[in-house]
Amino acid sequence: MDFANFLIQLLNSLQYGLLLFMLAAGLTLIFGIMGVVNLAHGSFYMLGAYLAWFLASQFDSLVLAIVVGTLLAVALGWALEWLLFRHFYHRDHLDQVLLTFGLIYIFEEVRSILWGDDVHSVPVPELVNWSIPLTDNLSYPVYRLVISAVCVALALGLYLLISKTRLGMKIRAGAFNREMTEALGINIRLIHGVVFALGVALAAIAGMIASPISSVYPGMGSSVLIMCFVVVVIGGIGSVRGALVAALMVGLVDTFGKVLLPQIAGMAVYMLMAGVLLYKPEGLFKQ
Amino acid sequence: MSSPKAQLEKLPRSVQVLLALGAVALAAFPLVPSDSADFYLQMLSQMMILAIFAMSLDLLQGVSGLVSLGHAAYFGLAGYALAFLTPADTPISLWWALPVSALGAGLAALVIGFFVVRTHGIYFIMVTMAFAQMVFFLFFDNKELGGSDGLYVNFRPDATLFGWAGIDLENKTTFYYFTLAMLVAVYAFLRRLLFSPFGRVLAGIRVNEHRMRAVGYGTFGYKLAAFTLAGTLAGVAGFLWAAQTGFVNPDLMGFHMSAHAIMMVILGGMGNFAGAIVGAFAFEYVMHFFKDLTKHWQLLMGGFIVLVVVFAPRGLLGLSEKFQRRRGVNSDE
Repeated sequence: MDFANFLIQLLNSLQYGLLLFMLAAGLTLIFGIMGVVNLAHGSFYMLGAYLAWFLASQFDSLVLAIVVGTLLAVALGWALEWLLFRHFYHRDHLDQVLLTFGLIYIFEEVRSILWGDDVHSVPVPELVNWSIPLTDNLSYPVYRLVISAVCVALALGLYLLISKTRLGMKIRAGAFNREMTEALGINIRLIHGVVFALGVALAAIAGMIASPISSVYPGMGSSVLIMCFVVVVIGGIGSVRGALVAALMVGLVDTFGKVLLPQIAGMAVYMLMAGVLLYKPEGLFKQ
Repeated sequence: MSSPKAQLEKLPRSVQVLLALGAVALAAFPLVPSDSADFYLQMLSQMMILAIFAMSLDLLQGVSGLVSLGHAAYFGLAGYALAFLTPADTPISLWWALPVSALGAGLAALVIGFFVVRTHGIYFIMVTMAFAQMVFFLFFDNKELGGSDGLYVNFRPDATLFGWAGIDLENKTTFYYFTLAMLVAVYAFLRRLLFSPFGRVLAGIRVNEHRMRAVGYGTFGYKLAAFTLAGTLAGVAGFLWAAQTGFVNPDLMGFHMSAHAIMMVILGGMGNFAGAIVGAFAFEYVMHFFKDLTKHWQLLMGGFIVLVVVFAPRGLLGLSEKFQRRRGVNSDE
């Protein structure tokens, strides 16, 4: 593999890893703070992509679609937390698994009723629809760099939110000891709502910004969900930093696995997970 | 964290009567003349096969407290084993294809179990799911293993025993009775296991694993044995499924299949195997009902699952118990 090829694959794996991080961060935060397993997390990614497609065709602008879509995702997350998830924080993980499995069915069917079962594509915005030439016949599309940049910005924002702001302090306190936090007069229910809506919004944004490079199709939620689980298991449940490291590892292994060992590419990521589990059964960054 | 739910280990008289009646009804069904007998025989056979599958999961989920979200992998592997073992031009003997397929699934469960059993709670759920997905993609991505289209099982297994050809599985009614016999046998075996020393240790692990370790049980070995046994029994069900439908594809080991099995166990009531059977029949019935009703059946199915989890997390048998207790309280007053 020459350098230009290597660089392209490296950038691709980085972009894939960062996108996975956006999804896994929400999943791991929701689990770490509320103790809820959310199988429907992949559905938010799918809904985000469909929203981007639908709104972009309405507004003629992907950026505007993403802004409106994000607001809708926050509203959806807030409503779901208030209506359903709030009542499941103290329930068995088994009940949570089933509840969210039922939600997958519901979201899939709602999507089918609203927008049908067709595969769609979203046009890349004009401004970034060009490529950087690397050699005579190789080039790299700028939009993929934009995705990576947006993910990095959001990851940075998430880091600042959690470690530097007052709200973040409350979130960390709630994750550490729920009762004590409540006793200190902090509205933990509000914090839970905020965290859940944040997780849903991150997943939906990931779906929206990824929609121009991956087509928008019905089953897109479930495949990404399982990758998210792998990321969260490798990183350690509840650890956002772990999710970042694990997502980048999974991105590298998956992308280079496909190039170097195509026969076992589908399994490479799971082998990575098995290896990590042998060495650290509770993930790399157990909280 | 997960709390051990009260289990109806000792079945109340009413449930025992219900099960006996159900078994009699299943045994008598093929005798009833009907225009669409073939269709119903096939549907009931499938329900019985899924009941075996659900019981095998209940050994982990209800008895040992290990929620596997990847149990379909072993179901599917045994089905694929039958597809590979069956030659293109002649049927294979049931008497060695069934044990080999089921043990093959058990072997896979042993290897995967070695990794997953060391994890706890939510990790266990996620890791079993991830490994099942790995198996799924192994078959999905490889054309030699059938790829996304799957494989045909060219012939149903041949049940000739020492020259006696009394059981002809190509006959739908015979296959139905063979499945019923397997269902009863697996149920009897698991009920016996539940009250054996091994079953008691598994129940102890569900209630408090730390305490079991403190008492001196090597819980890793017990959990691995339960995982392997559950995989083997799921293999029995998968083998029967492949033999009945004559066709295997990666969906058999997919995420939905695994989640449906969990749902069946929950719907009936966990930890006593009777609930798994009731749940499998009820779940399949509801699904067929919704599918006939509307093309948007997923919405109804999802709503149904959510309602069950919110209002009847202990399942149908749990509901009947609650009902009885309430009646009991009333009669005391």
